[in-house]
Amino acid sequence: MNIVVCIKQVPDSDKVTIDRETNRLNRAGVPSIINPFDENALEMALQLKDKHGGKITVISMGPPQAEEALRTALSHGADEAILISDRKFGGADTWATSYTITLALKKLTDPVDLILFGKQAIDGDTAQVGPGVAHFYGVPMITYAKACEVTDKGFRVQQVTDHGYNVWDVEKPAALTVVKEANSLRMPSLKKKMAAKKAEIPVWGVEQLQPDETKIGLNGSPTKVNKVFAPPVKLNKEILSGEPADMVKELIFKLREKKVL
Amino acid sequence: MSTKKEIWVYAEQENGKQAGVVFELLSEGRKLAAKSGFTLCAVLASANGKPMHQELFNYGAKKIYNIEDPKLDTYQNDYCSKVMADLIKAQNPEIVLYGASTIGRSLAPTVAVMGWAGLTADCTELDFDTERGILLQTRPAFGGNIMATIICPDHRPQMSTVRSNVFKKERVSEHETGEVVDVKVDLSGIKERMKRVESVVEEINTVDLKAADYIVSGGRGIGAPENFKVIEGLAGALGGAVGASRATVDAGWISHHHQVGQTGKTVCPLVYVACGISGAIQHLAGMQSADLIIAINKDRDAPIFDVADFGLVGDLHQIVPEFTKQINALKS
Ligand SMILES: Cc1cc2nc3c(=O)[nH]c(=O)nc-3n(C[C@H](O)[C@H](O)[C@H](O)COP(=O)(O)OP(=O)(O)OC[C@H]3O[C@@H](n4cnc5c(N)ncnc54)[C@H](O)[C@@H]3O)c2cc1C
Ligand SMILES: Nc1ncnc2c1ncn2[C@@H]1O[C@H](COP(=O)(O)O)[C@@H](O)[C@H]1O
Repeated sequence: MNIVVCIKQVPDSDKVTIDRETNRLNRAGVPSIINPFDENALEMALQLKDKHGGKITVISMGPPQAEEALRTALSHGADEAILISDRKFGGADTWATSYTITLALKKLTDPVDLILFGKQAIDGDTAQVGPGVAHFYGVPMITYAKACEVTDKGFRVQQVTDHGYNVWDVEKPAALTVVKEANSLRMPSLKKKMAAKKAEIPVWGVEQLQPDETKIGLNGSPTKVNKVFAPPVKLNKEILSGEPADMVKELIFKLREKKVL
Repeated sequence: MSTKKEIWVYAEQENGKQAGVVFELLSEGRKLAAKSGFTLCAVLASANGKPMHQELFNYGAKKIYNIEDPKLDTYQNDYCSKVMADLIKAQNPEIVLYGASTIGRSLAPTVAVMGWAGLTADCTELDFDTERGILLQTRPAFGGNIMATIICPDHRPQMSTVRSNVFKKERVSEHETGEVVDVKVDLSGIKERMKRVESVVEEINTVDLKAADYIVSGGRGIGAPENFKVIEGLAGALGGAVGASRATVDAGWISHHHQVGQTGKTVCPLVYVACGISGAIQHLAGMQSADLIIAINKDRDAPIFDVADFGLVGDLHQIVPEFTKQINALKS
């Protein structure tokens, strides 16, 4: 079984802060990580491979340093990696990203059985690239998968919903986005870590993918960022301290004044 | 093609039951309609739409695109995205709003790539720029560290998803009327590539966080799983529900149904009481829009105090039981 896992390198948002004067993210020194949900997608692929054999290809689109994320994925057990990278792809929104990743999928020589994505990327939180690629590539899509088993014709998938879960039978090839509840990523092995360091990672750019250039990068993106600003902080807040009984008394008085009690 | 420009709300439903977010979107859509002069419409794909029409009108839809087919009774991505993309092509709406539910988050991105439409996920604020005639879509990014306003200047429709409980729902009246446009569809040509074999509802009824007026949430600061009893005590006294931070859910102290935040539920109660929660951005992303926030934390520098209206600095093990006691005294 051939599985492709799409992984994104993201800044560790736990460690990002904002400069309140300039409204810019302080990104200097913030480590890059594999998008946490993509780790769950990778682990789902590894478990399917443990059971059924096959090959796992990880694909990432991003600047040259996204290669690190791919090497990390190899050290956890992925077999091959491809980096999609080109200046002209820069500034892509989810539409243009979906289009570009799909071109790379179409260039793979072995037929793909399953394409896995994280539920969403933690930098943008959009959860759009998975469904976008699935449509462009022409395969059925199940979002929010927490479990996946192989069946005769494809897969049986458990999908987390707002109130519980659904079970789907889906034909192969198929695409899934994977939630955190699915699993947690195994440790890398020392041997694989060594191999990952030396692995050849092809870089595919405009020359290799031959895109319609009106559909890539900033130009191909329907959405634009109009402005960014710091989230508002509450200004007229009241901080109480002292004896618990007094604090609570004052709080309750104020809450009643505001008519919320 | 319509002569007058339109704003659409995708009226998500399953088995004839509408999702609550639809009414929140219509309520917000009314404001956008007033500002833009566009007509507010609902798009209802179902097996039998009629029983749902009155409520859609009551919340402000002036027109309903009614699409019926037995295959549309429950959500299936291939069918619903085809129906929606075809209708958009035929009618050219300016704006389309979807709930950021499991359904909306499958449908909207699929429809966006079927056309060449812009889509902004999880908006927390929508506004209309009358000068440029475009939708201003504001949302948090980088886990809530920064807010971004996204626009879609050249492509139509402009589409957004919005999580439930971000906007307030407000009925116009009980007997609004409007136009129903029946749309014929033929789904027989679409190959059935996926089939739902089971649907399980497991939401525990005591955890109705989305509807609660008062929420008391516990974080790692409560110290031990059994201390959720203290949190429950205050929630009970206030007649509210119990929430939790991810740290406590990950530790196995409470079920994930209680989790509030970026990867949990978005809540918008009258009062949110955060007990022993540091206020990580991912937590704030789920509760920041509460009307009033009370933080109880022993660390004066905890970021939760940045978003609080009232902050109580001290040990929650003393403050929370005292709070419960005084509320109960008030009631008797
Ligand atoms: C991709 C991603 C998604 C996430 N999604 C979510 C999410 O949806 N929801 C969420 O909550 N988190 C989420 N997180 C985790 C988040 O970053 C924090 O780790 C988490 O919210 C911390 O929980 P906490 O505040 O309970 O714990 P801590 O950060 O450990 O805070 C405990 C607080 O309790 C206080 N305290 C300790 N003892 C006492 C006492 N006796 N009295 C009073 N105060 C006391 C401490 O001062 C401290 O401020 C996510 C993280 C990632 C990376
Ligand atoms: N640049 C990228 N390269 C590879 N995969 C990506 C990229 N962007 C998004 N993805 C995949 O799409 C998922 C959803 O991302 P998003 O739509 O940005 O929230 C991620 O979890 C990844 O699996």
